[in-house]
Amino acid sequence: MKPFEQVVTEHADTVLRVCRAVVGVHDVDDAWSETFLAAMRAYPELSEDANVEAWLVTIAHRKAVDITRARARHAIPVDELPDRPSTSGLPDAADPDLWDAVKALPSKQRQAVAYHHFAGLPYRDVASLVGGTPDAVRRAASDGIKALRTTLAGTHAKGVTP
Amino acid sequence: MNDTNDTDVTNDTNDANGTPDDDTAALLARAGVSAGPERLSRLHGKLEEAAARDGILDVAYTTVDTPVGPLLLAATEKGLVRVAYAVEDHDKVLDTLTTRLSPRVLRAPRRLDAAARELDEYFNGARQAFDLPLDLALSKGFRQLVQRHLPDIAYGHTQSYAEVARLVGNPKAVRAVGTACATNPLPVVVPCHRVLRSDGTLGGYAGGPDAKSILLNLESAA
Repeated sequence: MKPFEQVVTEHADTVLRVCRAVVGVHDVDDAWSETFLAAMRAYPELSEDANVEAWLVTIAHRKAVDITRARARHAIPVDELPDRPSTSGLPDAADPDLWDAVKALPSKQRQAVAYHHFAGLPYRDVASLVGGTPDAVRRAASDGIKALRTTLAGTHAKGVTP
Repeated sequence: MNDTNDTDVTNDTNDANGTPDDDTAALLARAGVSAGPERLSRLHGKLEEAAARDGILDVAYTTVDTPVGPLLLAATEKGLVRVAYAVEDHDKVLDTLTTRLSPRVLRAPRRLDAAARELDEYFNGARQAFDLPLDLALSKGFRQLVQRHLPDIAYGHTQSYAEVARLVGNPKAVRAVGTACATNPLPVVVPCHRVLRSDGTLGGYAGGPDAKSILLNLESAA
């Protein structure tokens, strides 16, 4: 087993991108911290041959669901918040257009893109995480990517087309 | 615009497991590969605090620069548990702490603030004895007995391996005293550098002979 610090170092960025895509810029830091805190608590019981990244994404997914529910209970209309300059630096600064386009995706597509394309989980793992069949997840991811392409075609067409 | 076929969704992937194709990778690469060091260190800081608050920060560590090179300092909730020289390989030391104590090992310097300050004072010649809670979990039996005795050797003084053996009540265990000093998990703070061969030569040291001389010179200069 590796020291937990190494797990944080190796997967910090992936978890951040997944959280960013799924819960949005407003809650990304909390989702990141809560994911690694829960992971650290459970870490000694993790089996030696586990896929650490998939395990972290599973935890991040649960935290994202918690955060989304808590937000719904408090009736904060986060999706309607006005755009503000980010004070948190990257990855938002990497390409605000892309993140805006990800944010605009329906939740199934957003999760499929985040877990499959950002975190690299196979479709069947994503399906067991978010429900539905692997084919449905594949379709959602594909539709999501297509929507991102369409949305971004006007702003960055050059970088996207072959 | 790459207008992919509407019906054949497998066009977006190269195999059944769904490896994204190059085009998709290029699109998503724009999400940025790194959060940047500043943001990560802020997030990491929050994690350190939360883990300590929740009582799951089993081993906190940091590194400090000293005249004998960078030292790794590690502490459990009980106290300082490990001081390691660079030549001991800090990554290996962390692996050992993971195996022997807990895998919940996190870089969390705050728990080491007092230790870092006292070491700084020691290396500045302003401190002669350490006043830190210690966790002796990494040594057992006779070795721990010897290590408990070492702080009794006064600053600026030395004893021979044979003297230490006699003082801990086992005069024949000279070699075992040598081993206890060589395996001291808390060098500098538990002053195994104050133990020399009977003929006055240095003897071995985990941090190497140069580190041992530096510490002895520092103490004799004070």
